[in-house]
Amino acid sequence: MTTTRTRFAVPQRILHWLMAICILSMLFIGVGMVSTITTKYLTLVQIHKPLGIAILVLALIRLALRLYYGAPALPADLPTPMKLAAELSQYIFYALMIAMPLIGWAMLSAAEYPVVLFGSVHLPSILPVSPSLHTLLWHAHYYLAFAFFGLILMHVSAILFHKLVRNDGVFEAMASVSTDDQPERPTH
Amino acid sequence: MAQSSASPKDFRLWPFVVIAAVVGIAAICFAYTAGWLSPNRLTPKKLVAGLAPPGGPALGHRRNHSKGICFTGTFEANGEGSALSKAPVFVRGQYPIVGRFNLGTPNPNAEDAMVRTRGLGILITTPDGQEWRSAMINAPIFPVSNPQAFYDLLTASASKDPNAMKNFIGANPGFLTFLPWAKSDQWTESYAEEPYNSLNSFLFVDESGTKHPVRWSLIPAAQPVSISPAELGKRGPDYLEQEITQRVAAGPQHWKLMVTVANPGDPTADPNKAWPADRRTIDVGTMTVQQIEPERDGPCRDINYDPTVLPAGITTSDDPFPAARSAAYSRSYNSRTAEEADYPRTATGAKQ
Repeated sequence: MTTTRTRFAVPQRILHWLMAICILSMLFIGVGMVSTITTKYLTLVQIHKPLGIAILVLALIRLALRLYYGAPALPADLPTPMKLAAELSQYIFYALMIAMPLIGWAMLSAAEYPVVLFGSVHLPSILPVSPSLHTLLWHAHYYLAFAFFGLILMHVSAILFHKLVRNDGVFEAMASVSTDDQPERPTH
Repeated sequence: MAQSSASPKDFRLWPFVVIAAVVGIAAICFAYTAGWLSPNRLTPKKLVAGLAPPGGPALGHRRNHSKGICFTGTFEANGEGSALSKAPVFVRGQYPIVGRFNLGTPNPNAEDAMVRTRGLGILITTPDGQEWRSAMINAPIFPVSNPQAFYDLLTASASKDPNAMKNFIGANPGFLTFLPWAKSDQWTESYAEEPYNSLNSFLFVDESGTKHPVRWSLIPAAQPVSISPAELGKRGPDYLEQEITQRVAAGPQHWKLMVTVANPGDPTADPNKAWPADRRTIDVGTMTVQQIEPERDGPCRDINYDPTVLPAGITTSDDPFPAARSAAYSRSYNSRTAEEADYPRTATGAKQ
């Protein structure tokens, strides 16, 4: 659905920033936990699993909100390559936000690990036990995590470019704390 | 403060400096967290590499306790454990076990008589889907007090420096208390005659939320028959696996699961320190081994006996080993499952 709004809807903005915190934490927890044998390892693993499932749930809600509310149009004067990059990056973000938790869950299933969220609450296995599937999924989880972090760095660079160099309102579309959906665009 | 967007003419450098700084700092924090800036951090990779024999690890196999044989059986809880832990596995009843007898060696082809340490891995599942995994050994205490000391022991054992072990023992005198058992030639002739000890301390959490620091042991019903390693060697390199297969085929084998509760002040964080013998010990049930299966195609093969896979009602304590073991076992599991081609199942089309 197209829209004339210049900002993301309030629920979209809230979810964006909440998930930004979750996902960045998740990536740091992930690389941190596989690098240590201290008791921090267990703490980090115990956060990693339920947080991953939380991100999956939030990502699905966010996808639904996106389909319902749509997104503000990019500035008309944005060069085509940047416009393409902006749109492509959003698809990749959604794909990673949904795929990474599913890959993690499937990877644990293929390795015959219980997927414990907390206490006695655990998720069912979604794959048969299989060393070859486990290996494939483990590699995917590992390398996609670095790709995800790289994508976030590019995203941050791009949005700072929009704000600091172009000042074209793209930053405000997500960063604004205003609940007013139809503000004036910054003058060009 | 909205500024008018810059035309190509008035190029400003500072926004790009800000962007580079933000990205650079984030990347450095990430690299630090990943351990890339800390070459001295004891990582799972280093610990597992330290276990490998000089020729490198045996591909496709566990990186330690590599020689083993699978079994299936049951744990029959008598209900006594419920006073200490709300875990369903202690509720009176019978629960399936998938387990593995093993030798504490990184060489899956090691001769039985060369390996003092024998181990047992168990996975008990309760009907609600919760699991309790434990990997125990027959030694009465662990050789060292903490994971760093274990890594130092591996390093010293592999070192060509003639003083390496002396220096290690100087820094870790607790190792000396392990030696009488390690050097004793009073071995047993069967996996079925060994006790298997958790050595690590865990916390049992009861219904009221009270935590009880415990260790546990599986005590064999079979009478131990003492044998020297020299005598064991004469029976062949794989005698233990042949013997347990025959013994279990002739009749199921039993162990009592004994849970020992610490007194306040007992050393829960140090598996090198035994607790006094008078500590309260509770018989919580019986493990029965009903069927032996070779590992290659057996049900224990793809299981990681990670001692931190615990049901609600059991948690880790201040003992640093379960976390280190979990991290290292995971690394070992990821490596060996990626090397499946080096240890093919016969049932799935290995070329005969």
